[in-house]
Amino acid sequence: MELVCPAGNLPSLKAAVDNGADAVYIGFRDETNARHFAGLNFNDKQIEQCLAYASSHGTKVYVAINTYPQPGNFAKWERAVDQAAEYGVDALILADIGVLDYAAEKWPELRLHLSVQASATTHEAVRFYAEQFGVQRAVIPRVLSVQQVEALVNNSPIPIEVFGFGSLCVMVEGRCYLSSYVTGQGPNTFGACSPASFVRWSETDSKLETRLNGVLIDQVNKDENLGYPTICKGRFIVNGETGYAIEEPTSLNTLPILPDLLRIGVAAIKIEGRQRSPAYVAKVTRVLRAAIDACLRDPENFIPSPDWLSELTSVSEGVQTTLGAYQREWQ
Amino acid sequence: MAVSITSTPTRTRLSLGPIQYYWQKEKIVDFYRSVEATPVDIVYLGETVCSKRRSLRLRDWMAVAERLKSVGKEVVLSTLALLEANSELGLVRKLCTNGSFVIEANDMSAVQMLAGKTDFIGGASLNIYNPGTLRKLVGMGLTRWVMPVELSKGVLADFRQEMPAAIESEVFAWGRMPIAYSARCYTARAHKVAKDACGYCCIDYPDGLMLSTREDEDFLIINGIQTQSARVHNLIHEVGDPVSGIDVFRISPQSEHTEQVISLFDQVRSGALDADEASAKLEPLAPVGVCNGYWFNKAGMASCTVVGGR
Repeated sequence: MELVCPAGNLPSLKAAVDNGADAVYIGFRDETNARHFAGLNFNDKQIEQCLAYASSHGTKVYVAINTYPQPGNFAKWERAVDQAAEYGVDALILADIGVLDYAAEKWPELRLHLSVQASATTHEAVRFYAEQFGVQRAVIPRVLSVQQVEALVNNSPIPIEVFGFGSLCVMVEGRCYLSSYVTGQGPNTFGACSPASFVRWSETDSKLETRLNGVLIDQVNKDENLGYPTICKGRFIVNGETGYAIEEPTSLNTLPILPDLLRIGVAAIKIEGRQRSPAYVAKVTRVLRAAIDACLRDPENFIPSPDWLSELTSVSEGVQTTLGAYQREWQ
Repeated sequence: MAVSITSTPTRTRLSLGPIQYYWQKEKIVDFYRSVEATPVDIVYLGETVCSKRRSLRLRDWMAVAERLKSVGKEVVLSTLALLEANSELGLVRKLCTNGSFVIEANDMSAVQMLAGKTDFIGGASLNIYNPGTLRKLVGMGLTRWVMPVELSKGVLADFRQEMPAAIESEVFAWGRMPIAYSARCYTARAHKVAKDACGYCCIDYPDGLMLSTREDEDFLIINGIQTQSARVHNLIHEVGDPVSGIDVFRISPQSEHTEQVISLFDQVRSGALDADEASAKLEPLAPVGVCNGYWFNKAGMASCTVVGGR
């Protein structure tokens, strides 16, 4: 079971490699990837350094080109594919059918992974991408229970990668327009959810507020913490009751079900968080590495250590974690 | 400022999208009886949101489909947008092999079942964002595509430069837009139960359940595992505009006034009514107001003024 770790910059990449990542995934410094944030990601020179460091340590490098180009800017995604291919990266992580088609035609030898942004949740959908474009691995959305992941793995023509830790998209990835509904920019079209330029933090006499393009997302007392205003983690009113109508600020953590994921044959576990700090990447990679190794040694008796759990919780949204959709009660 | 009938391509058609909400069987059957007499050209049928909703079984849907077909409607069967269980794949497979009606594929599982075998329509949740993607799907049998709701007029115009002329473009022109899908049922969550114990509570919300901000701004609609815009997307001003690039205007059913909405779209199409006048009549039919931001490449919830009513 491969451990795939995020790197938004060179220090994060080194942190991932040094702490036991089998592979790191990165993106270019533009909207061709789903973590299009200011100051994040790699330009040409940095990619060369990144590849040199990773390859000298035997770590694979995957490049995410996983947003959806539109008619006017398709060439930019083609260039991103060409560039990554020319660098000799280990795999591309793609979502758009047009981009997949281009990559498969132009670079037939290049390994392709299906991004979570492609929203493939069944073995039939995965088979589509495997047959049409020779995709060799699929990252699946965070919507399936463990039993459903197992059924998918058993019927899928290619290996399956799942999310193991990090910020939790509660909506099917690749089909969430919450951010674009409010701001005009969202993951599919712009490569970011709740772009920072639309975020306003403000203070009234007794409250702290966050707004996204003017829409009130959350409000707390001054002595409380206020999270980043992603719409799905905001507090709203439904049937007269105020609360987290969609989901609380929380992060996904699969340590408790690691033996299950191993048993059912999941090929790779992905850590979310290219936008997070090198310290986050180091800590989460170290814990997941230790946990996966312990699980591989003795899956029958695997119990996540309290230290690992508290380390992961300390870097989680809202300082709490969940199994998300893996656990049916969550749904 | 009358609409010029001569400039309206004759192929402009009106469609009725699938019912997005959970209604009782009688309400659904009555609804489609009333649709028979409306000037809508195409009717999409079936459950696209939650496989637990079974007011109608497949044979019931087929009966509705046959009736609509017999009065001259083009009937399309729509598949679920989010599939999770193998049993759901089974439902989609049954639809895809129905042998009588064209399928609107709303996820790639359906495309995989249809590709190369039979013509199909690509739903708005297929993520067709560029002509390269569209051409690939056309090669597999796609004959009409529904543009993702977050794309704009400009994008559609660009598509038209590069897409096969025979392919029809359909746009979500009236209704609460699908904004997201999830494994979690938010209606059940509002009732403090898990999805597996939902008790089919969404049947109490025939137009979905309002989610407002803490400033009481009507914001989103909870519809089971689907989230929608609270505002109704309204593209009435594009009807009869030859440069809009829209071949098919989709009207999404709401629990009341759908026939009136269809009629107003039809009157603008035929030139009997000016788009401004129609819009003034349509807006009160939207439960909490309208929007059209996506069409103008703005935030989806924005409302842009359309000058002149065309």
